[in-house]
Amino acid sequence: METSIWRALLYLVGLLAFAGVNAAWLGWCERKGAARIQRRIGPCEAGFAGLLQPIADGIKLMSKQLLVPQGVDGIIFRVAPILMMIPAITSMVAIPFSENIGARNLELSVLLLFALASLGMIAILLGGWASGNKYAIISAARSVSQNLAYEIPMLLTVITVVLMSGSLNLHDIAISQQGGFWHWNIFRVENGHFLTMWISFIIFFICSVAETNRAPFDMAEAESELVAGFMTEYGSMGFGLFMMGEYLNIVVGACLTATLFLGGWDCPFGLTPGIWWFLLKIYVLIFTFIWIRWTYPRTQIYRLLNLSWKILIPFSLANLMVTAALIKVF
Amino acid sequence: MQALVCQPTVAPALFSAEGMVGVIFLLTVALVVAGATIAVSARRLVRAVAGLAVCFTGLAGVYYFLLSPFLAMMQLLIYVGAVAILIAFGIMMVTPDEPQTVGMKRRTALVGPLAFSVAALIFAALSVLGLKTEWQVFPRQGASDIKAVGLSLLTTYGFVFELISIVLLMAIIGALVLARRGRN
Repeated sequence: METSIWRALLYLVGLLAFAGVNAAWLGWCERKGAARIQRRIGPCEAGFAGLLQPIADGIKLMSKQLLVPQGVDGIIFRVAPILMMIPAITSMVAIPFSENIGARNLELSVLLLFALASLGMIAILLGGWASGNKYAIISAARSVSQNLAYEIPMLLTVITVVLMSGSLNLHDIAISQQGGFWHWNIFRVENGHFLTMWISFIIFFICSVAETNRAPFDMAEAESELVAGFMTEYGSMGFGLFMMGEYLNIVVGACLTATLFLGGWDCPFGLTPGIWWFLLKIYVLIFTFIWIRWTYPRTQIYRLLNLSWKILIPFSLANLMVTAALIKVF
Repeated sequence: MQALVCQPTVAPALFSAEGMVGVIFLLTVALVVAGATIAVSARRLVRAVAGLAVCFTGLAGVYYFLLSPFLAMMQLLIYVGAVAILIAFGIMMVTPDEPQTVGMKRRTALVGPLAFSVAALIFAALSVLGLKTEWQVFPRQGASDIKAVGLSLLTTYGFVFELISIVLLMAIIGALVLARRGRN
């Protein structure tokens, strides 16, 4: 069964559909969420409650001319948006959606997700540089320094979860948290989880907001300073791919958070665990992302870097040491 | 994963599982060669770094074929995700975005043939070495070799591991000293 070609094809189509639907309709969710938070209505003309808006946007983006301005580095300029999408979609392979739904049950799926996440950075860097635009280059530099800074505390906190569950396999980590919310890593009482895991969760969540370049950490596309950041020179579907890549990164980040800390596909009170609980969890997390974006104002780049280097990294290092000590004690 | 067949006597059919694996293997090798070629021949430094990143990605694929997924992931995470990005970052910060022409002026007629013959010699030597050596077949470590890696890092190679960490610590302190010089 594991090697059947139909299984591979089914997962290929299913994951692409999941990625595409999310990338398109999360934009709608974001616009609706932003509108409601700002006491507006948001998209409401196309279809019921504006639900057809993503299709209209897609048609508009695809029918626009693919403009390549003079002075850009042609090849890299065209490749960068594609490079943004590839790792985001590939990451879906390693995510366990439920006990039996998951394309590949890899031994090192946590590592794979982080390896792929670091590829997305290259897309932003190359896209910004190839544009040959000052705003774009400043934005790319900011974005990379931000991503490098937040990758360190993120990896350090993931190590605490890996230490506690003794596995680098997301499926195994999720299985070890089955049986009600008191077994989830974030709320767990046994083995001293309760002392460090909630700190890990907070650090991890802050880092995943920063890693996906979301407000209040969206220094890479700070409209008031940098026009549209690294996407300034991109029009039509090039811009569309960057946006979709950003939303897919949010989905992957939410999946990772749900699996590492919130029990994966487990039901909070022990009833009918399954993919629906996983989807519910990731969409609650994604809603939180949107909620945060439209609630907090943007910070400044040096504050952002100070937060990572001076607060999050020392805290996550201490957290790692305490976790290792707890494993020895209990 | 299991399909790294040692020297198949008959070439497998293209549309069998082994054939597909062979095609993917050739693709990864092509990625390495193409990336390396871009890296040495590109005029713009950032393109060269992009080629380097492509080469590293291909190498990760080769590691995967050598049954070491851990090394493959680390190759992606460290070499593509950190080293290539830091190089690109450094180039973007330091040099203006212009094609590099320094070093091209002093080319003489001898440079090309000399470089080619040296490269051909190295290639010939490596080929002879590869073909003549009696290769020892080591037992497979299994799909996840990370436990073995961790155990040997902390027991057999513990001293080396500590030395490397001291070197890294010195590099960090050195970078801090250099970066903070001139600040008040």
